Amino acid sequence: MADNAEFTTEAMQYAQSLYSTALRMTRNQSDAEDLVQETYLKAFRSYGSFETGTNLKAWLFRILTNTFINTYRAKQRRPQESDLGSVEDLFLYKRLPSLAGLSESAEEQLLDLFPATEVREAIENLPETFLLPMLLNDVEGFSYKEVAEILDIPIGTVMSRLHRGRKTMQEALYDYASQRHLITEKDNTDG
Amino acid sequence: MADCNETLKELDRFLDNELASEAISDLSVHLDGCVDCQKTFEFHAELRNIVKLSAKQEPLPQSLLNKIKDCFGTELES
Repeated sequence: MADNAEFTTEAMQYAQSLYSTALRMTRNQSDAEDLVQETYLKAFRSYGSFETGTNLKAWLFRILTNTFINTYRAKQRRPQESDLGSVEDLFLYKRLPSLAGLSESAEEQLLDLFPATEVREAIENLPETFLLPMLLNDVEGFSYKEVAEILDIPIGTVMSRLHRGRKTMQEALYDYASQRHLITEKDNTDG
Repeated sequence: MADCNETLKELDRFLDNELASEAISDLSVHLDGCVDCQKTFEFHAELRNIVKLSAKQEPLPQSLLNKIKDCFGTELES
């Protein structure tokens, strides 16, 4: 059993990560605040069952995720996985051959093509089944095994959802860049 | 030694640091000799980077800090 004050201090280290993730899940500041508050409330009530030395961050994210799924998911208007067609592997890579070099300018061009706001939007608009694994792995850096435990799904499912989520995100990024005319036909390898 | 197909199949696990060291050295042997696979891996490593860079940490609103303090029932340093 963890010491009360110590637990509080340690748990607070993750407040910013939890809040940032909650904002991306709910896309709404007031819901994100409520979600994080509820997470801490539940964590504090059950901290006696938390074993010191185990992964506190993963434990908090598990509470956050479950609370989101049980309480806030219904408010979300995200597409279902089944609404999406399949996206081919290496979607962007195949369409941006000129950026496939290893030079520094290629990196800068990628950053110019895909600004942070659009990357965030592309991720936030993903179906929830893709969104949650991507927030946990790509953004928060949890391992496949940790994501599997947090979401209570098999590791193989984590991997396939990450794979499909990333491809779907790439397609959305490509669409945004095309709409801004940053990508034109000549960049396209198709045909 | 892994061929191109086997190498690309492991792209996700490689970039996510989920491979055992033996599998990594096997892939590295292939990557060292294959410019096409090297480019593919570099491109996706850069994409991962862009996702990470986009995910800025949002500052905690004072209102939220107050709510959390209330539920801990104790004073927290902000």
